[in-house]
Amino acid sequence: MIELQAVNKRFNPGQSNECRALADIDLRLERGGITVFTGPSGSGKTTLLTLIGCLARPTSGRISLDGRLLSNLPERFLTEVRRHTFGFVFQQFNLIRGLTVLENVMLPAYPLGRPYRELTAGARALLARFGLEPKAGSKVEWLSGGEAQRTALARALINDPAVIVADEPTANLDSRLSREVLGLLDDLAAQGRTVLVSSHDPLVFEAARVRRRLELRDGRLVGDHPC
Amino acid sequence: MLMSPALVALGLIAFVATGAVLLACGFALRILGCWDLASGGELQVRLERRTYLISTLLGFALGAELLSLLLFVHTAESLSSQFVGAMCATGVLNANAFGFPALLLKIAVFFLAALWLLLNRIDNRGYDYPLVRLKYGLLLALAPLTVAEATVQTLYFLGLKPDVITSCCGSLFGADGRGAAAELAGLPPEPTLVAFYGTGAALLVSGLAFRRRLRLGPLFAAGCALAFGVAIAAIIAVLSLYVYENPNHHCPFCLLKAGYGYLGYALYVPLFVAAAAGLGAGLIAPLGRIASLRAVVPGEVRRLTWLALGGFGIFYGLATWVIVRSNLVLLG
Amino acid sequence: MRVAFERQKYLIDYTLAALLRRKTRNLGLLLVYALLVFLFASVLLLSQGLRREAAALLQDAPEVIVQRLAAGRHDLLPADWLDSLRRIRGVSDARGRLWGYYYDPAVKANYTVMAAAERPLAEGEILIGAALARVRAIGVGDVFSLRAASGPPALFKVAGILEPSSELLSADLLLLSESGFRALFQFPPERYTDAVLTVSNPREASTVARKIALALPSSRPILRSEMLRTYDAVFDWREGVTFLALAAPLLAFAVLAWDKAAGLSAEEKREIGILKAIGWETGDILRMKLWEGALLSLTAFLLGYLLAWWQVFHGGARLFAPILKGWAVLYPDFRLTPTVDPGQILIVLAVTVVPYIVATLVPGWRAAIADPDAAMRG
Ligand SMILES: Nc1ncnc2c1ncn2[C@@H]1O[C@H](COP(=O)(O)OP(=O)(O)O)[C@@H](O)[C@H]1O
Ligand SMILES: [Mg+2]
Repeated sequence: MIELQAVNKRFNPGQSNECRALADIDLRLERGGITVFTGPSGSGKTTLLTLIGCLARPTSGRISLDGRLLSNLPERFLTEVRRHTFGFVFQQFNLIRGLTVLENVMLPAYPLGRPYRELTAGARALLARFGLEPKAGSKVEWLSGGEAQRTALARALINDPAVIVADEPTANLDSRLSREVLGLLDDLAAQGRTVLVSSHDPLVFEAARVRRRLELRDGRLVGDHPC
Repeated sequence: MLMSPALVALGLIAFVATGAVLLACGFALRILGCWDLASGGELQVRLERRTYLISTLLGFALGAELLSLLLFVHTAESLSSQFVGAMCATGVLNANAFGFPALLLKIAVFFLAALWLLLNRIDNRGYDYPLVRLKYGLLLALAPLTVAEATVQTLYFLGLKPDVITSCCGSLFGADGRGAAAELAGLPPEPTLVAFYGTGAALLVSGLAFRRRLRLGPLFAAGCALAFGVAIAAIIAVLSLYVYENPNHHCPFCLLKAGYGYLGYALYVPLFVAAAAGLGAGLIAPLGRIASLRAVVPGEVRRLTWLALGGFGIFYGLATWVIVRSNLVLLG
Repeated sequence: MRVAFERQKYLIDYTLAALLRRKTRNLGLLLVYALLVFLFASVLLLSQGLRREAAALLQDAPEVIVQRLAAGRHDLLPADWLDSLRRIRGVSDARGRLWGYYYDPAVKANYTVMAAAERPLAEGEILIGAALARVRAIGVGDVFSLRAASGPPALFKVAGILEPSSELLSADLLLLSESGFRALFQFPPERYTDAVLTVSNPREASTVARKIALALPSSRPILRSEMLRTYDAVFDWREGVTFLALAAPLLAFAVLAWDKAAGLSAEEKREIGILKAIGWETGDILRMKLWEGALLSLTAFLLGYLLAWWQVFHGGARLFAPILKGWAVLYPDFRLTPTVDPGQILIVLAVTVVPYIVATLVPGWRAAIADPDAAMRG
């Protein structure tokens, strides 16, 4: 469903601090299952996920989603696609302090203008599913690491995206909490969502539905292992 | 020179709005020269990001221009006590040669600005910037008008001298005078009223037809422009007589006075809004053919058509009420 | 349509919460903003009130006043002029008036002394304005002394305090009987200060004035409409000048607003990055920033306008009264009639909100175009 052809990404092109983060990536990702991106720090995992998730545009190359060419499209268009297709989970949780758990979960849906009643009901259902119901009204700064990451996961699901993009979701969690979060990602894959995870945490491969492992090094794809 | 807060505020608005429009013109030239949606290059990304700023800035600037027409007329009316010979806004506008040109320019800017705001609103809802060239092309046409408006208005304010003896509305809108105003005042009442209601009926029919068939857009726009003109003529030729209950008083500005219950505002605001909405609806209807606007334009057109018909409805309703209630008998 | 409406509601909701989270940071700006609105609104409300009072006063003023000039200097008017004036077509009545100024060194103020034609006063009785009564601390029944032109102080018994609906022009007024007035000033008999005319058709007042000038070449007719015009022009001028004088604080405010808007905290930058990453568009962030400005403006406007309202209509308008009324020692403790004028609100909005928008738009936009992938990086 997602196809990358000869994708390059340079930062600060033409300047002295030019950095080639990705080089000639050719990749085809199918619908469903968990795909893991591994590689040492600085190898380009995050950059690749931002390109796939329409958060940034490649310097050159083509990216298409379900046959529709996305690279070179205006940011406004990419946002439109991103909202409906991708849900994001970040390494640093990236919750907005001062807002409640419920409000944080609802945030991605604000620009879509869904009716309030429907939206809160949807958010509460997600919270219930992740065992966060009792925390709905509390501010996110009081959450533990595992609760924070589960909140982030609920937030990623509020617009019902087909693809979940998780960049090192377990990096800030201990093994028990990591397993818990990975279990949840596994459930999502079981429901038919596509899950893209970057990680250098071996725990990730314990998840039952890891379908494929892609290895990056210095911005190049150096390994493609089915699991 | 005369000095009052309203003049200061109007001057400020004109100054800021013109500055914004000129700034945007520089940007418009770059858009017309370098815009290439398919490129995705550095320059294109910068231009795309800048469109947000420019279109918001213009939204405010032109929105302020719309309001400033209202404030201008209100101010002219409220200054009338300070001029010897002025009974209403007519005398104040007549106090020097720039008054009426300023008003006409402001009206022209009003309609063009409304149209631009509409295009901007629609363009912002299409993800691939469908109207970007049209929008900034129109801006280049609008700019000289804005500059002229600000200049003429400033000349007008600077030239306002309280010791000048101006003429009141009786001489400008007298049926036996010369010029366009007098011509309008001299129109015979009965045919004017027939034309007035005839145009209203035709507009209603074309509006309802237009709501079904968007192809009829230009027709509806033309109808609205015609109805606007006929309405203004009818106010000067007939409606004013009924309001003042005096067979010789044709002034379209005395209506704004508190003594007539601010009836003028109740008539003019719906009329101008309706005319702008109707023109806009008719002119944007053909844009529905653009792929990214196919989902946007029909709804917008329908809403604007309702707004236009509603505005004209209020105007015609009030006008009829005025005629029916008046003690003046014009038609045997 | 509904979607757009809901979206704006969500944006407002988020913006309100964000503003409240940064209370202290926004409070300073809000106060300065409100102060600015307060200043502009005070000037407008006060002068509007004064203008209205003046107009109400002139409503009862005579259509035409006739003075006599001697080579351009105001001179006393002989009684036989009144008959000549009454004979002019269009004049239904002419009445002589007796009035003058009296300087009181004790309070360093000018009183207006007038012979009360309509009130039955005995020769030793006097009616005084309320402000005067306050300053001199006297009441009904007390004795009020004035230096007479003949030398010894003339004593009057206070028969009443003038308390008309508006105190503005009667604050420093003294009313005497005609004979009392003539005795006090040693005013020559058969002479008047000026004359007031009643005109049968007010629209013809200017024609009447022309006829008077022809019939009595040394006369100077003054029309009510002229006085009204002068009042209006004076108030407008003072208002306008005060507005221009407020340009400096306005500029300072714009700079402050720019500074506040441009200096986003790291926390706020992070929030905007997150919002963009999870699906907000540049336009959404910009709209949120505009709502922030709108909410701040609205609060500041309400705060400033209501405060101005209160101080002008209930607090005695201490602040701008000297500029707008002209200096006077005897401040009338006046109560203006409260009014709201949409045109006025539009003006206050134009001069305060426009500079605010201009100052904050560019910084807001800069914040909004943050890269959406920033949130993925630490
Ligand atoms: N915004 C940026 N500007 C400049 N260089 C960047 C930027 N983001 C990432 N890089 C560089 O790109 C390379 C890949 O980074 P990243 O994708 O974050 O790797 P990973 O996620 O595998 O650790 C690194 O060398 C990093 O320094
Ligand atoms: Mg990384």
